[in-house]
Parts: sequence; structure tokens; C-alpha cells
Amino acid sequence: MAPEADAQPAPVIIVGAAMGGLRTAEALRKAGYTGALTVIGEEIHAPYNRPPLSKDALSTGVTHEAVAFPQRPATADVDWLLGVRVSSASLAAKTVTTTDGVSHPFRALVIATGIRPRRVIPSVSEGPRSLSGRHTVRTLDDAMALRDELVPGARVVVAGSGFIGCEVAATATKLGCEVTVVSPSSRPIIRPLGPVLAAELQRRHEAHGVLFRLGRSIAVIEGDTRLTGIVLDDGSRLAADVLVEAIGSDCNSDWLAGTGLDIANGVLADAGMRAIDVDGNAHDDVYVVGDIARFPNALFDDVARRVEHWNIPTDTGKRAGAVLGAWLAGDAAFTEALALPFTPMPAFWSNQFDIGIQAYGLPGLADSIRQLEGDLAGDCIFGYYRGTRLVGVVGLGMKAALLPYRQQIATAEAEAATTAR
Amino acid sequence: MIKIDVDMAVCQHYGQCVFEAPTVFTLNADDKLEYLASVDDSLLAEVESAIDVCPMQAIRIVE
Repeated sequence: MAPEADAQPAPVIIVGAAMGGLRTAEALRKAGYTGALTVIGEEIHAPYNRPPLSKDALSTGVTHEAVAFPQRPATADVDWLLGVRVSSASLAAKTVTTTDGVSHPFRALVIATGIRPRRVIPSVSEGPRSLSGRHTVRTLDDAMALRDELVPGARVVVAGSGFIGCEVAATATKLGCEVTVVSPSSRPIIRPLGPVLAAELQRRHEAHGVLFRLGRSIAVIEGDTRLTGIVLDDGSRLAADVLVEAIGSDCNSDWLAGTGLDIANGVLADAGMRAIDVDGNAHDDVYVVGDIARFPNALFDDVARRVEHWNIPTDTGKRAGAVLGAWLAGDAAFTEALALPFTPMPAFWSNQFDIGIQAYGLPGLADSIRQLEGDLAGDCIFGYYRGTRLVGVVGLGMKAALLPYRQQIATAEAEAATTAR
Repeated sequence: MIKIDVDMAVCQHYGQCVFEAPTVFTLNADDKLEYLASVDDSLLAEVESAIDVCPMQAIRIVE
């Protein structure tokens, strides 16, 4: 290995310039990789923090400056290609092609293209997709556009009752909007919270004036150029100025079609975040990071899952950067890095009105749920069990009291893994 | 020494920093964050990790 003697080696290319891409770039540098590094991102913005977009940023105004991640000296020489979309990749030729037709050779590839909001497809008829008043909340530009329409008195329909939907409902209500949440679910955030906590959350939202139309879906989106109303599948009509579409997400994996990678649900990866192809082979020069990564977590079992929690792009980015950095450094370092366990603790948070929700683990895996502490109408902690093992914990308030349960999830699972051997 | 500043108007006391740098950050019994404003240089990596995991991005190293 004497790259200096040959032509300049191709760069490591990271596709996706959000938090996961940034953390991977930082981790590559930390692992000692000093070669060329290119990050290609579809948005024009340098990496920024998304959680405020459905909360404070909607109420206080939002700028890139306010949410941008600080850039560190280690990544000062990264080549950022922003506002550029990658349309295809060839793992054999080791190139990605951008929509402007340019082919970019890579030495190693990191897939960090994330997810996009799924749009509402009404069962009967849909106004134009470009109908003004229709919004999603994923990007900074999305949040800026929505913010302009959340004015006092605006009639807002939120499609979807998950975390984003409930956060937007709370924020819009605080801004003086009249908010109705429409969802096929029986309760808001019932997955992963479970029925008791979900019912309590709904009660608190309703106390603040949020209306819920649950067990319902959207049949018609009305309007010619501007949204005027929503008709539900029971025939009832809601006059509406704004529709916020928060019904879930799809993976940005289209550009990987034809690469042979397993893109059935996100992109399959091993615990070293190496991409796995449809024949089950791990690619030492291709890595997957963030929301799009479907990877196993030995904290729970050997099932590969996508986890759309905020901490995952950082955890998987650091892991991918360390393993790829070791691969670029040589065989011994690579074997050593791959052998290290990778067991990130999923964590999520949400603020809705005065409700602070915090969770660890994967509550969605539970087959039983128990209230562990506190008062349901006030602050409380719920435990989520698979068999006798604690796999998740959710708190309303009681942040410090949650910490021992987080430890229990980590430790109990480690013991179980040891016993299984 | 590393000087640390947490914007307490932004901090939501999620306590993620506590796991990354337990000698620097703690949650007190009232669920409020407490931290050391000045720590030894040897803790730089831990403090940077704590900055990374803050969902509110409220922590910074003061230049």
C-alpha cells in the first residue's frame, strides 16, 4: 500500500449531508483517515439539528444559523457538495452519479441519505400536490414554509398522530391555531407508548384544545390552488387552511437500485455498519448510517431493524467512521474494530405542551407494559417488557428517576446475551 | 482547562450528556442539569461526545 506512488486515490464519498453524514466524517478523521473526503447532500444547507423544527423553531422563528451544527477543525478540509442529488451508484465501478450527469469515483462509500415524509394519498380524490397549504416537516425549508402559515386562527389539520404529528399539533395550538389531528390509529403515539400512556397523552392534548379524529383517514383533499378543506372517510368535512402531513416516512434508497444491496427496508447493514447485499455478503468499502440503516443491535437480539430515533445517526455514524477508518488503515486495525461490540441505546424525547416525554430502549418490542413509578395524571414511568426482560422505559417527567432503568435495559440485556452463549 | 457553557434557556435537562461525561454533567434530584464550567483538558473527548449527544445542542466549549 503506497498510495502516494500512484495517482491520488479517489475520495471517500458520504452521500447525505445531515447529522449522520457529519458524524461519519468526524469519526473518519478521528480514526486517522487523512485522505480526500467528499460529502454530497441534496439540501443546500450544511448539517443542522432537526428536533427543533417541529417544536421551538416553529414558534420562535427558524434560521439555519440557529440550528446548524458547529463545524470542527478536523473536518475543515471536507469537500461539501450541497444542493446536489445523487441519482445512481455502481459498486462495481465504484462511482456515484449525480443528477447533473457527473460521475464521482469513490474509494469507499457511506450511505446516509435518510428518509423523507410519506405524503397523504386520499382514498377518493386529491387536489394538486403543489396545493398551497399542504406541508411536511422534515427539512429546514419545510419548517420555514410551515411557520409562515401557523397564524392565530388558522385551521390546521394534522394527518398522523405519531411524535411529529403530536409535536406540531401542540406547537400550532400554542400559536393560536385551531388544530384537528386525523389518524387511523386508535390513540396518539400508541406505538410505542402503549394504550394507557397514549390515552393519557390524548387527554392532555384535548385539555389544551386539540381535537382528535381517530380511526379515520382522509378521503378528499379540497382546493384548486389553495387548500380549503379535508373530507374524512366517514363523509365528514373539516374546513382547513393548513394540512400537515406527518403519516410516516419512506427511505431515500431509490438511487441504490441495481447495486445488489438489500434495500427491501432501508439498507441492510451488519453490526459494523457495512452494507449487506442480497446474497448476504458484507461490503468492506460500503457503509450505512442513520435512519436508513437496518442493523442488528445485540442489546436486544440479532434482528436487523431501522430505528428512527435522534441518537441513531450519531451512534451509527461514529461506528461506521471508526470501522471504515480502520479498514482504510489496514487489516489488523480493521479486524480489531469489527470485533468491538456495537450496542447503541435507542433514546427519544418529545415536548408537547408542558409534557416532557423521554424514553430509552425499544418499547415497541414489548409484550407487556407496567407502570413503575409516579402518577399517571402527573409525572410517571412505564416499563416495557419482553417476557421478563425490560426492553424499554418511558417517562413523563422524572428524568433523573429514569436513569437506573436505562442502566437496567443495558445490563439485563448484556447478561441475557452472555447466558445465551 | 476547557471552559464549558450550557445555554440553560435551551437545555431541556434530557441528561444525555451525563452518560458521555459523567464527571462533568449530572442531573440533580429536581431533574435539573448541573455541570462543571471548567474541566481538565484530558476530558476533551468526553465533553465533545456530550456536545454531540445533546438533542437541543445547548452545550458548547467556550473559545
